[in-house]
Amino acid sequence: MKRVYVNEEWCLGCHLCEYNCAFANSGQRSMVKALLGKPVVSRIHVEEGGGISYAVSCRHCKDPVCLRSCISGALHSENGVICIDKSKCVGCLTCVLVCPYGAVAPGPNGAALKCELCLGNASGEPACALGCPNKAIVYEDRR
Amino acid sequence: MAYRPESFFEDNNVRVIAGKKAEKLMPKEKQVLTEGSEILPYDALCVCTGSRPLLPAFKGLDKVSKCFSFIDLNDALRLESAVDACSRVLIIGAGFIGLKCAEGLSGRAAKITVCDLAPIVMAASLDEDASAIVAEQLRRSGIDLRLSDTAESFEDGVAHMKSGRDIAFDVLVIAIGVRANTELIAGAGGSVGKGIITDSGMKTSLDSVWAAGDCVQSIDAVSGESGVLAILPNAAMQGFTAGRNMAGASDVFDKSMRMNSIGLFGMHIMSAGITGDCIYSEVSGSGCRKFFAKDGRLCGFIMTGDVSRAGIYTSLIRNRVPLEGIDMRQLAEYPSLLLFGTEYRKEKLGGLV
Ligand SMILES: Cc1cc2nc3c(=O)[nH]c(=O)nc-3n(C[C@H](O)[C@H](O)[C@H](O)COP(=O)(O)OP(=O)(O)OC[C@H]3O[C@@H](n4cnc5c(N)ncnc54)[C@H](O)[C@@H]3O)c2cc1C
Repeated sequence: MKRVYVNEEWCLGCHLCEYNCAFANSGQRSMVKALLGKPVVSRIHVEEGGGISYAVSCRHCKDPVCLRSCISGALHSENGVICIDKSKCVGCLTCVLVCPYGAVAPGPNGAALKCELCLGNASGEPACALGCPNKAIVYEDRR
Repeated sequence: MAYRPESFFEDNNVRVIAGKKAEKLMPKEKQVLTEGSEILPYDALCVCTGSRPLLPAFKGLDKVSKCFSFIDLNDALRLESAVDACSRVLIIGAGFIGLKCAEGLSGRAAKITVCDLAPIVMAASLDEDASAIVAEQLRRSGIDLRLSDTAESFEDGVAHMKSGRDIAFDVLVIAIGVRANTELIAGAGGSVGKGIITDSGMKTSLDSVWAAGDCVQSIDAVSGESGVLAILPNAAMQGFTAGRNMAGASDVFDKSMRMNSIGLFGMHIMSAGITGDCIYSEVSGSGCRKFFAKDGRLCGFIMTGDVSRAGIYTSLIRNRVPLEGIDMRQLAEYPSLLLFGTEYRKEKLGGLV
């Protein structure tokens, strides 16, 4: 299965992935309309310090502890892609409490926020990887 | 409101017999007797009977006409129809269930009072500082909190409190905890303590019988103590382990631990593990973050307010990662994978996990 992978040594720390993610998941056609004057609601985040930077998003783990811990059944697997049914999410954030990578975030409307590989939005494949200028984020099948 | 999608059982070739109680377990015959005397034979059995509300014998409780538990959907629906905008609600127990009930009723009732014998709210998972922040949030949201006090006896509409005060109410909710449903196993001669006793593969003392979830007693991976750790993540992982072993695997699940994540009136509260030596503490008006260590490892944390990326801490506890070489102060202030080194990140962010 194709997943998002990070090549830390290529990351410039430009945060473009966060903007592309927020735009892709906004449902808007124009990036300006989607992002101007609004908080950037992104499912990927860049961590940086000591001259190092890299992006973190859902690993779509083979044995996802978030899914096993979900108290409402909102988190589920669609052929290996860990998705969240927002209508079922009660916002308890147990997924945030258990994700070892810090890849699930408290979302703006109560429900948890996580990467679903852009498979359900207009981008069709991960916008973070598509827009990464240095190929520090890639979308591929690794074993 | 189903946990699983509708097709789940059919997809997995499972026959569900809903609305029927398993009355008796006959391990020698490898049979379960249900209500209505149907006999269900098994090769492997898993008991996942959960827990039921603790209802102590308060004097006069039988005179209270509107008294509820807050455990399942039916409880919630019955409570909802008993409450109107004029109701005064009294909730006994300021733990997770009592407080979640208070939040749910807020705005639907005239007055909500929550009492607890403990001097702090959520005493089982928070310390005084975190609890004080939560209590303040509850009071700001209009909840009348009565701590270090509880009902001693009832008349219909009045609770006589230990402090000598009386509290008038229309609707009563009892939320002082749950007790494991162990009767099936106990009745068949299996080992039972506060919960059903199992080994680390979730097998009970009875031949071909496993158990998982709120009905079992397990070893807390952090404290080493045995007890009932009735939360969904433990239940689900125990159930998964039991299922695999019933099908012939020899899996071990020894990572049950205490953890809680809850939102109350817009504030998030998390805790995991147990308290120990406090190695980091930050308490301000907006929230608190506290970290505890034992034997060179993180053993617990409590936080309110910003809970982003808290799972990084939980995994340090769950996987018993030595803190040697990790700057815990920096990690406490900024949860990230920065301090784990390039190799770790390469494996986790650049590999299949
Ligand atoms: C109000 C409330 C809020 C909660 N919030 C959280 C939370 O935020 N996070 C968290 O992690 N956990 C939470 N929990 C706890 C969580 O719900 C439980 O840990 C979890 O449901 C345990 O799953 P289980 O399968 O072991 O038991 P249950 O979900 O209780 O299921 C047991 C089932 O067995 C059935 N049963 C019992 N006896 C028999 C019998 N003899 N024959 C046939 N069927 C039987 C019962 O009817 C029930 O359907 C909460 C619980 C409550 C009540």
